[in-house]
Amino acid sequence: MNFKFTEEQEMLRDAFVTFIKEEVAPYAAEWDEENRTPVELMPKLGEMGILGVFVPETYGGVGLGHTERVMALEEIARYSAGLAMMVFTHQLGMAAILDFATEEQKLKYLPDMCAGTSICGLAVTEPGGGSDVAGQKTTAELVDGQWVINGRKCFITNSHCADHPILTCKTGEDERGRATFSAIMIDKGTEGFMPGREENKLGLRGSMTGELIANNAKVPESNLIGEVGKGTPIAMKEIGEVGRASMAAIATGILRACLEDSVKFANERIVYGKPIAKLQAIQFHVADIRVAYESARLMLYKAAATKDEGKPATIDFGMAKYYATDKACECARKTIELMGGYGVVNEYAAGRYLRDAMACISSGGTSEIQKIIIAGDTFKSFK
Amino acid sequence: MNILVCVKPVPDPEKYGELKIDGETKRLIREGIPTVVNPSDRNALEEALRLREEHGGKVTVLSMAPEFSRDKLVECLAMGADEAYLVSDRIFGGADTYATSYVLAKAAEKLGSLDLILMGNESADGATAHVPVQLAEWLGLPHLCRVCSVEATGEGFRAVKKGDEGRLVFGIRKPCVLAVSSDINKPRYVNAMGLIKARKKPLTIWSNEDLALDEEKLGLTGSPTKAGELISPDMKRGSESLGKDPEEIAGRIAELIRKAGV
Repeated sequence: MNFKFTEEQEMLRDAFVTFIKEEVAPYAAEWDEENRTPVELMPKLGEMGILGVFVPETYGGVGLGHTERVMALEEIARYSAGLAMMVFTHQLGMAAILDFATEEQKLKYLPDMCAGTSICGLAVTEPGGGSDVAGQKTTAELVDGQWVINGRKCFITNSHCADHPILTCKTGEDERGRATFSAIMIDKGTEGFMPGREENKLGLRGSMTGELIANNAKVPESNLIGEVGKGTPIAMKEIGEVGRASMAAIATGILRACLEDSVKFANERIVYGKPIAKLQAIQFHVADIRVAYESARLMLYKAAATKDEGKPATIDFGMAKYYATDKACECARKTIELMGGYGVVNEYAAGRYLRDAMACISSGGTSEIQKIIIAGDTFKSFK
Repeated sequence: MNILVCVKPVPDPEKYGELKIDGETKRLIREGIPTVVNPSDRNALEEALRLREEHGGKVTVLSMAPEFSRDKLVECLAMGADEAYLVSDRIFGGADTYATSYVLAKAAEKLGSLDLILMGNESADGATAHVPVQLAEWLGLPHLCRVCSVEATGEGFRAVKKGDEGRLVFGIRKPCVLAVSSDINKPRYVNAMGLIKARKKPLTIWSNEDLALDEEKLGLTGSPTKAGELISPDMKRGSESLGKDPEEIAGRIAELIRKAGV
């Protein structure tokens, strides 16, 4: 067992950190305050190799793995969880293409997506369904070689900026009469397809979340990703492994932000002639945050390494996501408490960490959904 | 165009607070302190890459450093350099700028024909700005320091320096040594694709067995610079109450300022 990153991974992290400290950190508070999505940064993220780090070189990527992908997300989220959200959702759609699309589709879409010159996304959730897959109402009907799509998706990240979102749509029924779904890409600008309302979120601002509305939107039959009727397994696989991995990485980044800001503040804040870091009550807070960060990190990278070995990692990512997001909320609150009055002043980032951590809980399945999945596996694995 | 860029790994400026000096040897304790490529050397490498992109040729990176600094040369290869040489031997340890520039000069000679040697004007840790000039003198080459712009001409280069009263424009024959200031450009980021490509680029480590240099001219023995006494400044601070009457306080402040010789 070796808990060390390779020298190359460490160098990659250093390279990402240098970029993020210059191009992300100085602007993160502004993006949050103005609720602005820095779409213009995507080509730079592409040039850095962050967007396509897990995509083979044949399709314009770097050819590394998900360990490197979540490493980049952790570093971005250290400063801007919102931007990390946008990046991961783009990668979520890319992963669906990489895992399920035809060779022609991969060659057509992935190089530009790796370069950040076109943006992807994966849209599943609807007003009546998300984790409840069968509750989805969006339909796609094959008419004269074209998919005719009708329906409304909500809480979709990259809703207003995605050039090629992939939607799960009801396309038929199985032999038991249950609805089956297919994954279909709709290009931005397709007639009858448009973004709807954009949400004003509590946290993860700096990424767009909103509706996608299809009203008799027609796309070529070749826009189908994977097989007809296999949209649900596609969405479940990518959300389960790429989505939850990413949310765990983002929450781990928030935990590190809490840790670093707490230590800095505790060393600099002088009360009764000494830094508050000397006070046991403060040390207890810092110790709790440290343990949470280290634990989340171990769970995250263990799960990512498992996926890179080609083994199933859905449960590992579910546990990492549940733990990291839950602890990020708890530790962001501790950071605010540690900072006293300064903690609630928006000039300091601690409040943003709490809002971002809270917003992480619902994405990729709430903590309760994760616990149901974890419990289901536990009853099978430990009997 | 064959360009050599000399780079130095220096302690990470973000960790300066953790730096310590060995009281006996009077040398910086570098162990355990993360290093980075000297910032102005990154500018020099960026300039070399730009010149190669415009005129073709090869960019070679050279460094004299402990073997654990190998990753800094990989970083230079990832930025775009074609090959790298790390000159590393315990006998080089403790070298001042004179002994360092001697080793770099001999390594540069071994590399063969060069059109240009670029390096940062000074290192972020020592900041002597000696090495570029000394290297050029060992090699018998023309040199310029604090260069803020370089363009290739037929016979050599057009180089610009910033002076107190304006810009100084020089024509300099090749081969030559140019020490660049950090305002010459913004170095490109190391990206993931660069790191992958760096895996396949040659990185050679030379010891003194490869260079066969006179040991009397190397390391601490070959260094004429001798550190003097180490003195830690007294940073103790005190406080004194100046009373409660504003006029009296103002008078006391003026008196204290005069007394302090401000």
